[in-house]
Amino acid sequence: MVPILEMRGITKTFPGVKALDNVTLSVVPGEIHALVGENGAGKSTLMKVLSGVYPHGSYEGSILFEGEECRFAGIHDSEAKGIIIIHQELALVPLLSIAENIYLGNEITRRGVIDWQETWKRTEALLAKVGLRESPQARIDTLGVGKQQLVEIAKALSKKVKLLILDEPTAALQENDSATLLELLLEFKAQGITSILISHKLNEISRVADRLTVLRDGATVSGMERGEITENRIIRDMVGRDMAHRYPAREPRIGEVLMQVKDWSVWHPLHSDRQVIRDCSLTVRRGEVVGIAGLMGAGRTEFAMSLFGRSWGAKISGEVTIGGKPADLSSVPAAINAGLAYVTEDRKALGLVLDETILRNTSMANLPGVSSRGVIDANRERRVAEDYKSQLNTRTPTVFQRVVNLSGGNQQKVVLAKWLFTDPDVLILDEPTRGIDVGAKFEIYSIINTLADQGRGVILISSEMPELLGICDRIYVMNKGAFVGEFDRAEASQERIMESIMAGDRVAEGN
Amino acid sequence: MADVAKPQDSRSAMTYLRHHMREYGMLLALVAIMVFFQIQTGGTLMRPVNLTNLFLQNSYIIIMALGMLLVIVAGHIDLSVGSVAGFIGAFAAVAMVNWDLHPLVVIVLSLGLGTLIGAAQGYWVAYWKIPSFIVTLAGMLVFRGATLWLLNGKSVGPFSKGFQSLSTGFVPDFLPFVAPMLGMERLNGFALAVGVAIVAAILWLQIGARARAAAYGMADEPFGFFVGRNLVVGAAILYVTWLLATFRGIPNVLVTMGILIVLYMFVTNSTTVGRRIYAIGGNEKAAKLSGIKTERLTFLAFANMGFLAALAGLIFAARLNTATPKAGVSFELDVIAAVFIGGASMSGGVGTIVGAVVGAFIMGVMNNGMSIIGIGIDYQQVIKGLVLLAAVIFDVYNKSKS
Repeated sequence: MVPILEMRGITKTFPGVKALDNVTLSVVPGEIHALVGENGAGKSTLMKVLSGVYPHGSYEGSILFEGEECRFAGIHDSEAKGIIIIHQELALVPLLSIAENIYLGNEITRRGVIDWQETWKRTEALLAKVGLRESPQARIDTLGVGKQQLVEIAKALSKKVKLLILDEPTAALQENDSATLLELLLEFKAQGITSILISHKLNEISRVADRLTVLRDGATVSGMERGEITENRIIRDMVGRDMAHRYPAREPRIGEVLMQVKDWSVWHPLHSDRQVIRDCSLTVRRGEVVGIAGLMGAGRTEFAMSLFGRSWGAKISGEVTIGGKPADLSSVPAAINAGLAYVTEDRKALGLVLDETILRNTSMANLPGVSSRGVIDANRERRVAEDYKSQLNTRTPTVFQRVVNLSGGNQQKVVLAKWLFTDPDVLILDEPTRGIDVGAKFEIYSIINTLADQGRGVILISSEMPELLGICDRIYVMNKGAFVGEFDRAEASQERIMESIMAGDRVAEGN
Repeated sequence: MADVAKPQDSRSAMTYLRHHMREYGMLLALVAIMVFFQIQTGGTLMRPVNLTNLFLQNSYIIIMALGMLLVIVAGHIDLSVGSVAGFIGAFAAVAMVNWDLHPLVVIVLSLGLGTLIGAAQGYWVAYWKIPSFIVTLAGMLVFRGATLWLLNGKSVGPFSKGFQSLSTGFVPDFLPFVAPMLGMERLNGFALAVGVAIVAAILWLQIGARARAAAYGMADEPFGFFVGRNLVVGAAILYVTWLLATFRGIPNVLVTMGILIVLYMFVTNSTTVGRRIYAIGGNEKAAKLSGIKTERLTFLAFANMGFLAALAGLIFAARLNTATPKAGVSFELDVIAAVFIGGASMSGGVGTIVGAVVGAFIMGVMNNGMSIIGIGIDYQQVIKGLVLLAAVIFDVYNKSKS
């Protein structure tokens, strides 16, 4: 078949770095083409070349779309051809309505005046196409991430899309939302729309992709056809080596009870009649990795944040003991003192000061540890940062690098370093591997194992069930703010966890 | 992607300077502006009497810029400082002239009152999350009005010599034997000695810091640049103290200012409190989740600002020897401009004390130089506005390049 898109010999250099080296990508009409590679492999750069973010002339090589050579000067040109990118970070205006967002910059007008009736009508038709049952006038910030993603796709459809590029569309989505999205892609395929799917989630790729291209270090490594695609093959090509074990082995040495939470209840801070966490009790032993499974909105993050210095929620009640003594968790400093650490789900917004250096981020939660009488000892601070850099294998030339310049995996290591420096007994890790590539994930798992081996307790919140099953000694299942199941490593399985979530739903509906 | 090209070939001083243009750019601009006006004014700018005046004229702006830097780094702004300074000046005047209180008592009361005003505004900003722009805009109106009310619309003065010396006094010559030794008729030996002592202290600290950095393999500043930088700084300080010494010596207010600048440099660079304020401005939520008491520090930054605004108000009143209803009008703009010219970021988390001081001097030298040349107040405003804009554009440009 004649390719709809051919990128030939694309080479793009930044000062000092060759981001893309003679990359070739060929996409045939009506297929779902997956583009995979570790973070920094050049996927995003390639897509920026394609969409004209990097204009013609700033790279070498040629782009053919529908047989025509394209020289895009900007994103407008590529959109005019029907090439539309949906970025990982959604580009919607939260305070505007769905309809306003969809037609933003492309408004339906009559003599310069917006025709709202027509706008709403067309929006409704688009929403029906993507299977989103919302009013066109609903504000974006009232929708969840999954629905916002669908709005983005509807927006792409409004521009008569021929080639739809999705950059990590399911990274922030729950399993069921992801499934809906993938179904939608398959439907588009049936209608003849071609898609390029960039994703880290290999199970999704093997489910929907017709063909696949692997990038590594800015070069095309391999292509696969449907039927040849297996997760292990993709991983091998991505990292350039066999990864027999995706989860590092650990011999658990579980000791006495370290932390105990009893009857933890939390209400919503704004809607005081809504109980978000219901009588949750949990135990963590020394050297144990305890997982919390659950769907998005189950209340896992709320549980963690309410524990950590009451950073979320109202009317919090319940008891916590750490090391046998009642723990004062009334504020973040108190919680840190009590031996608790919390690695947030959103490391950019809540975990790091992005414009600051690795050094300063590392010492942030324990400045007294590098100072005496309120005066910082610059040399001690430096030593601490260097220590954690080598301990956690953070890849950076110096600790004076600003964290905004690091990859996701290395940023996460800086967050971990920050919390390790407070020497916590119990660490709560909330989605610690989100948006991190396979190689870095393995390193994070190894760090978690080391922490457990040091006799600390780890609570791991994750939406990726294989991850929980791979590294946890015990898994709690949360649904609608309550623990509805608890499994040992031996008895835990994806099916049993899903079953207990479903059972929890039935109980809740029975009430 | 985190790879930074190792500066193999960039050991030369010039390349180093180009890489650190953001840090040194404004300082070079200040020097260029001074040279320009020195030529344009036919040498009047750097005459001892004018130089002394320059310090007196700008002291209160610089003192407030120190506090404003903390407020802006924390991610806020304080529009009320001019009004607060005016109000405290009025309060002090009324207390001394109408109530006959001792100047020392008045100074203590005034500084306390200023801190209280700052704290009151900080309370709403920090604990009630009311935007600082609005709270301090209200404060600006309230205290401007309060000044008028307190003074009954009239000027109140004059003050005792003691109070005036806060601003217009000079440190006496404790070393009168130096002048004859150098064969000078009129020379403040003590001022000269202080200049030499400061240069010696700076050199000692710098060499020590470089040795410690070298021990860690961190001396990335080329040696030539290090020597050159310290020579220039040392020579500039000696030159300025020499000029001051040949006039009346070191003004009291320069001592106050100098001590405060060093103190705030220390606080912002080396203390946990300073570091935490930067963290708050950089990412308040992350700071809070790292156990930093964001509310309390924001509150303290505003209380501190109130204290410094009060001090500035006292100095200004002492300088004019009267408190007027117009005192402090539009000071806040000069202060904020100084901080931004000095490289602080509107969104918080970025900025230095040295930058703010340099920014204040840029404004001050331009005011002074343009007045000497005889440029009208209308053009002066236009030029100052353009300089502010140019400085920030320069900063953004350098940031985007790095």
